[in-house]
Amino acid sequence: MAGITSRLAAALPLTLPLTLALMLGAASAPAWSAGAGAALETPRIDQGNVRSLQSGARHFINNCMGCHSVEYSRYSRLAEDLQLDETDVEANFIFTTDADGEPTKIGSLMTNNMTKEYGATAFGVKPPDLSLTARSRGTDWIYTFLKTFYLDPDRAGTGVNNVVYPGTAMPHVLWKYQGWQELGEDSHGDAALTLAEPGVMSPDEYDTMISDITNFLGYVADPIKETRHSMGVLVMLFLLVLLVGSWFLKKEYWKDVV
Amino acid sequence: MSANVSPDNAVGKKNGLLAWVDERFPLSKLLEEHVTQYYAPKNFNLWYVFGVLAMVTLVIQIVTGIFLTMNYKPDGAKAFASVEYIMRDVNFGWLIRYMHSTGASAFFVVVYLHMFRALMYGSYKKPRELLWVFGMLIYVALMAEAFMGYLLPWGQMSYWGAQVIISLFGAIPFGIGDAVTLWLKGDYIVSDATLNRFFALHVIAVPLVLIGLVAGHIMALHEVGSNNPDGIEIKKNKNSAGIPKDGIPFHPYYTVKDLVAIVIFLIVFFAVVFFAPEMGGYFLEHANFIPADPLKTPEHIAPVWYFTPFYAILRAVPDKLGGVMAMGGAIVVLFLLPWLDRSPIRSIRYRANWYKIMLFVFAANFLMLGYLGIKPATDLYTLMSRIGTLIYFGYFPLLFILSKNEVGKPLPDRVTYHGHGRAGEAS
Repeated sequence: MAGITSRLAAALPLTLPLTLALMLGAASAPAWSAGAGAALETPRIDQGNVRSLQSGARHFINNCMGCHSVEYSRYSRLAEDLQLDETDVEANFIFTTDADGEPTKIGSLMTNNMTKEYGATAFGVKPPDLSLTARSRGTDWIYTFLKTFYLDPDRAGTGVNNVVYPGTAMPHVLWKYQGWQELGEDSHGDAALTLAEPGVMSPDEYDTMISDITNFLGYVADPIKETRHSMGVLVMLFLLVLLVGSWFLKKEYWKDVV
Repeated sequence: MSANVSPDNAVGKKNGLLAWVDERFPLSKLLEEHVTQYYAPKNFNLWYVFGVLAMVTLVIQIVTGIFLTMNYKPDGAKAFASVEYIMRDVNFGWLIRYMHSTGASAFFVVVYLHMFRALMYGSYKKPRELLWVFGMLIYVALMAEAFMGYLLPWGQMSYWGAQVIISLFGAIPFGIGDAVTLWLKGDYIVSDATLNRFFALHVIAVPLVLIGLVAGHIMALHEVGSNNPDGIEIKKNKNSAGIPKDGIPFHPYYTVKDLVAIVIFLIVFFAVVFFAPEMGGYFLEHANFIPADPLKTPEHIAPVWYFTPFYAILRAVPDKLGGVMAMGGAIVVLFLLPWLDRSPIRSIRYRANWYKIMLFVFAANFLMLGYLGIKPATDLYTLMSRIGTLIYFGYFPLLFILSKNEVGKPLPDRVTYHGHGRAGEAS
C-alpha cells in the first residue's frame, strides 16, 4: 500500500501540468499504435518538396497501386499539385480502364481494378485503400513498414514477415530494389536486420525511394496541408492587425469608465 | 467622441423607419433592454469573456454546419467518403470541416472556463439559480450534440465510441436497458439507421433546443443582472436616474471589450484550424481516419477529450450500473449546486480559505480525471480514478456542511475597479 501511495504521490504533480498542457492545447506527440512495441523510424520528408512527391507518385503507381487504391484522390488533382502535365499523367500514371473499357479519365478517383474477392483469394484479405493511412498510422509507420521486411520461412504464403506489422499478408513487393533481409541479433543481443542478399538499389537509394513513397502517401492523406499552412500565416497576420485596431477602439471607449 | 453613460440612440429622436417599426415591433425596446441600456458591472475581468466566446462558437458551429450539410451524406455506405469529398473536392471544404471539428472542442474549452468562472464568483447563487440551471441544460444539450455529431464522419472511433456509449444504457435493469439501446440505435448494432437518426438529431433537434436554451439563459441573465468578480449586487447602489453606479451599458463598453477577446480567441482558434487541426489526435482521433468497421474493434477506444472526466468516473466504479449512475450523478449533482452551497458570500475573493482550497482541488481533480479518461486503465490509473471520483463527489456534501456557517472576509460596498483610462480627460 505504501508503494502505491508513494507512486501516486510521485505521479500527481506530473499528471496535473500534463493535463493542463493538454487542455490548453499544447498537444503532445501522438501515440501511434505500433505493432509489438517496435520502434518507428522517422523519414526525412517534406511535403513541400514537389520532386520527392513526383518520385513517390511514380514509385507508388508502378509498384503499389495494382493492389492498393488511393480512392479519395483524383488524377487531375495529383497533376495540379505535383506540377505535372495532365497528358503526361494520362500517359504514364493511368493504367486502368473504366466500366466502358475506355482508359480511366483524368478527373477520376485513383481506384484500381482489384476486386474484394480477388484480393481475398490472393492474399487472404483485400489490400486496404491507402488514402488516409498516413493519418491513421502515421508516416513513420509507413516508412518503417516498408523498410523492415525480412525472410521468415514460417510465413508460408509470402516467405516474409515484418517488424512493425508482424504477420502481414503483404509480400515484400519492393524486394527487387531492397534485396532480402534476415532477422538476427546485433552485438548487444537486440533484434537487428541484416541484408542477406542485396537488391538493385544501395541501402541509401532504397531509403530515398521509400521516403518518397512515404512522402507521397502523406500528401495523399492531407493534400491541402501546404496551402493550409501558407494561408494560415496570412490569416494570423490579418487577425493581429485586427487585434491592434480593436485594442485601441476598446481603449478609446473605456477612457470614460472611471 | 461623446460616449455618455446614456447613449444617444436610446433617448434621441427616432427616424421615420425606426418609428414605423417600433410601432409594430419592440425593436428599440429590445435593443435597449438587452444591449444599449443593459447595465453590466464595470469590474468584469478576463473570466467574463467566455460567455460571449461560447456565443461566437455557437455561431461558427451553426454556419459551418449548414455548409457541411450541403455535401455530407448520412448514409452508412457513403458517409465516410462524403467527408473526404468535402475535405478534397469541395471548395474550402477542408476549412469548413476543420472549423467545425475544432469548433466542437473550442466550445467545450470556453464552456468549461465559463462554468469555472461561475464557481469562482458564486454566479449560481440567489437570484441566479435558474440562470445556472439554464446553463447546465445547455451543457447537457451540448454533450448530446457533440456525441451525435461525432458519429457522422463514420470512422472507427465514431462507430465504436457510439457503440460503447449507447451500450451504457443497457445497464438499466428489468429489461428496460436492452429496449432503450435498441430504440436508440434503431437496429441491433450501430448501423445506417443509427447514423440517420443521429444526423437528424444533430442538425435539427438538438440545435433547436440549444438555441432556445441559450435565449432562456440570456433572458434570465438580463432579468437578474450580471454577477461580477466581487460578487456584490450593483443594483443596490443606484444613482438618481435609477442606474447602478457601478454599471455601464453593455453597448458600447462591453461590445468593444468583447471584440478584443473575440479576436484573441479567433487567433487561437484559427491557429489550430490552419496548423494543427488534428491537435495531435485529440481533436480528430487517428483511428477515425479508418472507415467504420462493425467487425473490427480498435485497440483502444477513448472518447474525445471533453468527455473524459466523466468517462474516468464511469470506469472507476467496478460495477457497470454503478458506473453509469456515477457518471450521470456527476452531471446531475452540478444542477443542485445553487442549493448545496449555502454561504451568502458569492465571490471567492471574500470566501473562507477552506473554500479556496476546496475549489482548487475540485478543479485540479477534474483535470486529472480528464487525463485519466484518455489513458488506458492500468492499476495505478484505476486507483487514481477512484480517488478522483471520491474527491469529485466529496466536494458537494462537504460544501453543503461547511458553507452553512461560513466566516469570510467583509464585503465591500462598491465593486473594486481601477480605471484603465485617464480619469478626468473624457468629455
